[in-house]
Amino acid sequence: MTAPAPLSGGGCRTAPVLKERGQREVFCGLTGIIWLHRKMQDAFFLVVGSRTCAHLLQSAAGVMIFAEPRFATAILEEGDLAGLNDAHDELDREVARLLARRPDIRQLFLVGSCPSEVIKLDLSRAAERLTEAYAPKVRVLNYSGSGIETTFTQGEDACLASMVPVLPATDRRELMVVGALPDVVEDQMLGLLAEMGIENVRCLPARSITSDVAVGPNTVFALNQPFLGDTCGALERRGARHIPAPFPFGEAGTTAWLRAIADEFGVSDAAFAAATDAPRARAARAIAQASENLKGKSVFFFPDSQLEIPLARFLTRECGMTAIEVGSPFIHDAIVGPDLELMEAGPVISEGQDVDLQLDRARAARPDLTVCGLGLANPLEAEGLTTKWAIELVFTPVHFYEQAGDLAGLFSRPLRRKGLISGLSPRLEAAE
Amino acid sequence: MKLTVWTYEGPPHVGAMRVATAMKGLHYVLHAPQGDTYADLLFTMIERRNHRPPVTYTTFQARDLGSDTAQLFQDACRDAYERFQPEAIIVGASCTAELIQDDPGGLSELMGLPVPVIPLELPSYQRKENFGADETFLQIVRRLTKPAERTERVSCNILGPTALGFRHRDDITELTALLYDIGVDVNVVAPMDATPTDITRLGAAHFNVLLYPETAESAARWLQRECDQPYTKTVPIGVGATRDFIEEVATITGLPCRADESRLRLPWYAQSVDSTYLTGKRVFIFGDATHVRAAARIARDEMGFEVAGLGCYNREFAKGIRSLAREFGVDALITDDYLEVEQAIEALQPEMILGTQMERHIGKRLGIPCAVISAPVHVQDFPARYSPQVGFEGANVIFDTWVHPLVMGLEEHLLHMFRDDFEFHDAAGPSHHGGHAPANSETAPPAHSEPARAAPSGPAEIIWLAAAERELKKIPFFVRGKARRNTETFAQSRDLQEISVDTLYEAKAHYAR
Repeated sequence: MTAPAPLSGGGCRTAPVLKERGQREVFCGLTGIIWLHRKMQDAFFLVVGSRTCAHLLQSAAGVMIFAEPRFATAILEEGDLAGLNDAHDELDREVARLLARRPDIRQLFLVGSCPSEVIKLDLSRAAERLTEAYAPKVRVLNYSGSGIETTFTQGEDACLASMVPVLPATDRRELMVVGALPDVVEDQMLGLLAEMGIENVRCLPARSITSDVAVGPNTVFALNQPFLGDTCGALERRGARHIPAPFPFGEAGTTAWLRAIADEFGVSDAAFAAATDAPRARAARAIAQASENLKGKSVFFFPDSQLEIPLARFLTRECGMTAIEVGSPFIHDAIVGPDLELMEAGPVISEGQDVDLQLDRARAARPDLTVCGLGLANPLEAEGLTTKWAIELVFTPVHFYEQAGDLAGLFSRPLRRKGLISGLSPRLEAAE
Repeated sequence: MKLTVWTYEGPPHVGAMRVATAMKGLHYVLHAPQGDTYADLLFTMIERRNHRPPVTYTTFQARDLGSDTAQLFQDACRDAYERFQPEAIIVGASCTAELIQDDPGGLSELMGLPVPVIPLELPSYQRKENFGADETFLQIVRRLTKPAERTERVSCNILGPTALGFRHRDDITELTALLYDIGVDVNVVAPMDATPTDITRLGAAHFNVLLYPETAESAARWLQRECDQPYTKTVPIGVGATRDFIEEVATITGLPCRADESRLRLPWYAQSVDSTYLTGKRVFIFGDATHVRAAARIARDEMGFEVAGLGCYNREFAKGIRSLAREFGVDALITDDYLEVEQAIEALQPEMILGTQMERHIGKRLGIPCAVISAPVHVQDFPARYSPQVGFEGANVIFDTWVHPLVMGLEEHLLHMFRDDFEFHDAAGPSHHGGHAPANSETAPPAHSEPARAAPSGPAEIIWLAAAERELKKIPFFVRGKARRNTETFAQSRDLQEISVDTLYEAKAHYAR
């Protein structure tokens, strides 16, 4: 079996993009800390920002993680802004205290925020100074997760991009897979690649600073998340080469992604089939089961995580849905192009957001399922629409074959639920 | 710079959002970067509101900073007016916009919108959420309230309820019924459910009920000055406070004010014998000042608990809470650092915590039961059922809520009877928690049990002899922590290096009450 063929005429890749600008109902890049700190267990994320940043971090996770989190906010106070205190001295003091209390920390990320960017607090200088002070025990890096520069998942992109320049150089012919995945999913992926004979696969981010991830002219890399444009660029600047592919969501997406890597490494069809046939069949069965009530339904994506295009590809190609609008905060054609090519032309592809105008379009279209952020979900439910809150797609394991059924289930559950309780209230419309 | 992990209060513009979201016909234009829209989910998810908060964010980006963010603000303001047609608009800046100094107030004034536009000055780097709510409400009242003729019947306004408040929705219902019962009409409830037009009518009330000083004290003071309306000082949470409140209303209005107490059950429930086990339970109380004050009185005078410690996170009310603590013979903990609160609780080892969602998490970590009495709270503290805190029904609700996390009297009795039964092991926890609640110290992190083993400040560590340790294990789990602590304190006071079975029982006799 081969990966799905692109549609003639370029599918959605050649469709015009509706670009909008106005109020955006999205998180800022700081939110990425919620999953990044879980992935890199020897890292601490220190946001230099305001009370709003701290409040965002505790609200965005939905629940607070109370096992002493490996992130915190150094809140700027009046004195820091008025120049009464030297912000760098203050930062050094807080970092010293933090590292004394947490000897397990090996990597410290200083994360810039809107206020720190506006007052032009130079965190790269601070990171250099602190690296000198704490090397070799602790490496200090910086990136910006500010809302004036980053949207939601771009925070992970900025974080990973900040790590690329300090990766050791190598001439080894190696595959690097980029993007934070839950450990269990990452292990499945490494297993699949190993079965095809692709060994020594490096992951960025690595689970700890001690792993020997390196980069050089013989490195090829695949992205497992569509929002990693800056990291992609940073790796290319280190001489590595990107393997473009559809993203590994669903059976077909995962197969296409693996196929692109297999082709790069000259894996035979037989070896590819031996590694993928069984999990492919499993994934197809799981999707068929979980997507039964998705067939023929329409879906509308509000921009959120940049996963929208690959997920719309999955829902339209593998679950039988039709897309009405697929909104994404940004569209990097070089990265999501392969997915766009696999989508039948027709849906509005939109980039950026003017939330009120987009809500008008959603209300007019009355999609069967609306994928949107937490701020919009309940209000739209109250208007009779069925919604899937998008942040769960980022927090839940959804990549690769074994999660394909779960991914379909995330979309079908709201519809199933609406059907189950449809007798309750005349204001709730039945899904059927 | 101050290192913060979790915060009790958001920034002041979130306080303004709590006022705007509670009201109807008001719109908030907030000069803010993208990302600040996260605050919408507090209302739509945690409070399960079925409407978006009436907030327009200007969503400026880095590339706008060099050009014209002021224009962006005016466009957003105009669009918001045209789309939502509010009766009034409040305008302000979030923390980042405050730094770029666009002056939303001045900008909106120049636009000549046909509705009142109320500018807010909320210093994000000095103040917090409650201040933001209080100040926003004050500015709305100052701008919109006109002197008015008093209503014919005696009436009052209820001031303070906002979106995201702890049980504000049900408190209004309960209090309105209570006031009606004692012969007082409610003129306007604000901010919750009030329109800007309603705010213009505040002056018609004979007096104000200041339900939540955190969010409405400034407005109540202004109305006292400008509209000659006295306001009530007692917050009617708890039996005693409700009775005092009724008395206060009687004094203000000259009405006889007799309330129907036939549905009040707390006094009998507290008196009934099953509640004997509540006697002297050591509780630690933390939250906003208003709810802490109410809870302390209920705990001591109505439940028969011992208040082991208390405090609040809102410094604006520190003075009152300090004197309350003196009255209770404890030190007040005034802090917004949850780590400090955790330390205090760990040191005091209370048998129950009355706190916010932060203390519930602390309680989980330390294996101490917790009931929630104050914001900030999470989604499960916005229950579907009617569950006010104020008035007599509020007292009933509080009794149930506080008793629920504890092992009940009859159950405690059975635990003693069956404690050696293999099916009735310590780890089972209270049966009404489905037997899944981790009650055993083994499931608590070592942070909990370690300090309890070493004497806190003794010169040398006190050693538990094996036999004493075994004996300690025979003590039911829910009092074991206290027994361990008391024994160690006792041993320390006697300069003992070791704890034997005898020491354990000496201590037990010493602390018997």
